[in-house]
Amino acid sequence: MSETYTLYNSTVMDHFMNPRNMGDFKDADGVGEVGAAACGDIMKISLKIKDGRIEDARFKTFGCGSAIASSSMATELIKGRSIDEAMNFTNQEVVDALGGLPPVKIHCSVLAEEALKAALEDYVKKHPESLSRAGKSEPVAA
Amino acid sequence: MRHVYLDHQAATPLLPEAFEAMKPFFTEWFGNASSLHEHGLRVREALKVARQRIAALINADSEEEIFFTSDGTESANLAIKGVAYANERKGKHLVVCATEHPSVINSVEFLEKQGWTCTRVGVDAEGVILLEELKAAITSQTVLVAVHHVNHDIGTIQPIIEVGRICAEKSVPLYVDCEASAGWLPIDVKSWGAALVSFSPHRFYGPKGVGVLYRNKKARLVSIIHGGVQEGGRRAGTENVPAIVGAGVAAEVALQELLPRVAHTQKLQQQLWRGLRTYVSYIKLNGPEPGPKRITTNLNLSTEFIEGEGQLLLCDLNGIAVASGSSCVSKSLKISHVLAAIGLDHALAQGNIIMTLGKDTTAEDIDYVVATFGKIVEKLRSMSPMWDEFQRGIIDSVIQPTGRGKSFSQHAADVSGKPMH
Repeated sequence: MSETYTLYNSTVMDHFMNPRNMGDFKDADGVGEVGAAACGDIMKISLKIKDGRIEDARFKTFGCGSAIASSSMATELIKGRSIDEAMNFTNQEVVDALGGLPPVKIHCSVLAEEALKAALEDYVKKHPESLSRAGKSEPVAA
Repeated sequence: MRHVYLDHQAATPLLPEAFEAMKPFFTEWFGNASSLHEHGLRVREALKVARQRIAALINADSEEEIFFTSDGTESANLAIKGVAYANERKGKHLVVCATEHPSVINSVEFLEKQGWTCTRVGVDAEGVILLEELKAAITSQTVLVAVHHVNHDIGTIQPIIEVGRICAEKSVPLYVDCEASAGWLPIDVKSWGAALVSFSPHRFYGPKGVGVLYRNKKARLVSIIHGGVQEGGRRAGTENVPAIVGAGVAAEVALQELLPRVAHTQKLQQQLWRGLRTYVSYIKLNGPEPGPKRITTNLNLSTEFIEGEGQLLLCDLNGIAVASGSSCVSKSLKISHVLAAIGLDHALAQGNIIMTLGKDTTAEDIDYVVATFGKIVEKLRSMSPMWDEFQRGIIDSVIQPTGRGKSFSQHAADVSGKPMH
């Protein structure tokens, strides 16, 4: 209708309309694809990792506006973080950075956290040395 | 930007002549219809005229068979609970179609918690009620059969004359929810043999805040809202006089313009479906093809590999107002129970969009929607992992299977760790 009446706040709408980091990598270092049993949404996050840090991230999402915005925001937030830091990433960061989500849509941000962790686990499985080099911590279960 | 309103199933703009007729009843003729002085009597007369106009729309014998409520939902509650309570000693069994509106389904569920039982009669893949199953469901304990005229979600027209015949043979009163058909299809309570019929005038250019319940004099009905003796003692509470007056005008115009409105929307419905089918790949129409089994105002679509809320949002940002039955749109995170009842694959239900046409929709509007919707689908598919995985042969299409890859539902279950509900 107009800028004034939208389903979500302006940050969520912006990330839905102009998603950041949308796509895949041909040679991703870690890929995670997860689905929400509750609503049927599916989210995929791909990572480029170098020297224990997330260099770049991409997403693809089958889901509602807030699922697309959550995955866009999650990929923005995790770029530059170490694997250990990224393992401690929570959905609340996404919710806060988006300026809040409606209560029924919080699970979209959880899905973004799960997709990221699935991608990290995929990387760690292929590079078991990456965790010990960082010094500590078991991979956090998604 | 062009603005195209394709959600006439939710609301329609008020007819200017209805608005004009309503105005004096807010200010000058503000009386209460229960008052015995001239202010009340003037208003009472206006209600009678509105009742007569509503009665004419559905071919009822007398305006005394028309009750006004607050909206279609209240009318449905009154029909179901009012008949159930009135016939409690006769029997405590109800029969409804599985694809009724939530106002019917949830009223029945309420009664089930109080000891009534209910049989939900299934539908075929187009949403048409299974008549043999209906026949078999009616018992000596059945006090009411409820079957909608047109489905609110997928636009299926029910074989209501046959339903009426079955109910007459079994001597059980029939309640027909005409919320999605009133003003858009002929309604004849007499030839149907309907005991009760309900609808809301805001679906055919009347105001919100008023609902209609027709009750044949032979049908027993008790009030579920208690207070004064308004509406023949069947619905207590001060009548919403301006809205009722507007409803009467809208009903009169709807009856006069019924055929041109149907012809107009029929043409646009065909144009829209033809256009979408041509320009959008992997799109499916839910419910019957445009024709005698489908109301002319409704198209219920599933676009594969993308989700419905995203489509709705991008339509809105392009000035196009539509609805969706996707789980992401519902607060319960469940897909529409109608789409589940017709056996639609969950993946397709997720990509659901509902477009409903009106008398003021134009051919240019439809051209714009077809062109814009094609771009919206393309954009969302470029973001969808499912589209990508379909291209790579990992998952298959439900609409046009290629024989490569697993089903979407299987894939979704694999990545979520749980089967789809």
